[in-house]
Amino acid sequence: MKHLWLIPMLLLAGGAQAAEAVVQAQIAQYEQQGAKGADAARGMAAWNEQHMQANMQKMVSCATCHGSNLSLAGEHVRTAKRIEPMAPSVNPERLTDPAKIEKWFGRNCEWTIGRDCTAQEKADFLAFIQSK
Amino acid sequence: MKPTSKLNRFWGMLLLAACITLSMGTLAWSDSDKWNEGGSKNKSEGGKAGSWGQTTGVAVVTNKLYAAECSACHFAYQPGFLPERSWVKIMGSLGDHFGENAKLDEPTRVSIENYLRGHAADHLPNRFSTSFLRSIKADASPLRISETGYFIRKHDEIPARMVRDNPKVRSFANCASCHGGAEKGSFDEDAVRIPGFASWED
Ligand code: HEC
Ligand code: HEC
Ligand code: HEC
Repeated sequence: MKHLWLIPMLLLAGGAQAAEAVVQAQIAQYEQQGAKGADAARGMAAWNEQHMQANMQKMVSCATCHGSNLSLAGEHVRTAKRIEPMAPSVNPERLTDPAKIEKWFGRNCEWTIGRDCTAQEKADFLAFIQSK
Repeated sequence: MKPTSKLNRFWGMLLLAACITLSMGTLAWSDSDKWNEGGSKNKSEGGKAGSWGQTTGVAVVTNKLYAAECSACHFAYQPGFLPERSWVKIMGSLGDHFGENAKLDEPTRVSIENYLRGHAADHLPNRFSTSFLRSIKADASPLRISETGYFIRKHDEIPARMVRDNPKVRSFANCASCHGGAEKGSFDEDAVRIPGFASWED
């Protein structure tokens, strides 16, 4: 009962903090699945790494839709639909919902790399996005 | 129980009640304004009919789950552009959705499919729904709105340089890039503006 004042504080807390807690919990889970820590620099390199996309017949990366500057909006490469910025510092809704994160890792890793991401790759990606 | 902790509990309950009231208010607000506004002219009828009057070209999207999940990669197409059988086919093959993986967990998938079926072209009497439906053969279940007869007839004069080769459009599936009122269910030809081209008829 003593800590009830926390409720409104949590409700008011900024998005970056909300993302931080979710990212920490996700990374802890990936570590249980074999990841060794989470490295933002490695995440950034993987973000921009080019892969052959079978249906598109061209080279793609995560940046193909999200861009390399995570503070800016991206654009879906096939439909030209705007994708809001990935950086939690400018878009407080990012990385706040574990189910949403997993859903998009599932879709985007398959589309971009042609397979599921490993726990290590996911941990690195989250560390990279969270750092922006 | 000590009196201080009783007092704490009282304030706690009050806070909780305030939070709940607040969030309910927000919900009610988004319900009434967000998807219905501008969607139909006969709002005064109220209730269900108000959100998809026959006066609009196509009924506006009223389902939040559909609006959230199916608008991530493209415009959330109004269900009234395709017949029920098409939506069933689309929702049954999300694993390979036009070359994308659009898979959903089963409860979400079923809930969205039910919404689409109930608001499909063969169940709503809106003007465009009727036109699209009439242009689809009874034994056909097209997966694309942009491949139906009525769509093709309405768009066949637009050259590729304004669509495929236009970085702001890319595809006919990108309805909202040319139809500024698309989200409000407004597709009237006089409100069309193709990005990068002053007048599309040039
Ligand atoms: C073909 C386009 C495309 C590519 C390529 C792509 N994404 Fe995405 N991604 C999306 C879309 C669309 C969304 C959902 C948009 C939204 O929520 O606004 C999304 C959402 C996400 C999210 C969820 C973020 C959140 O919490 O809201 C993550 C994480 C993500 N992408 C990571 C990646 C990674 C890592 C890669 C490369 C392996 C990648 N994406 C490549 C289109 C793409
Ligand atoms: C991961 C991205 C993604 C998600 C999520 C997604 N779609 Fe799509 N959808 C696409 C792509 C890509 C196309 C093809 C666009 C093109 O050809 O220009 C498409 C096309 C369509 C079309 C045909 C448009 C036309 O040409 O007339 C329909 C209908 C459609 N989607 C419905 C849905 C529904 C319903 C959902 C939600 C269950 C959904 N989509 C979710 C990527 C997605
Ligand atoms: C490249 C721009 C462009 C895109 C993308 C586009 N349209 Fe159109 N649309 C037009 C133009 C231009 C017209 C007017 C044609 C005419 O004047 O005959 C039109 C006409 C229409 C009409 C008939 C309007 C009337 O009053 O008769 C409907 C309905 C329609 N579009 C729906 C759609 C839907 C649904 C989509 C997405 C699946 C879409 N359009 C995508 C440019 C576009």
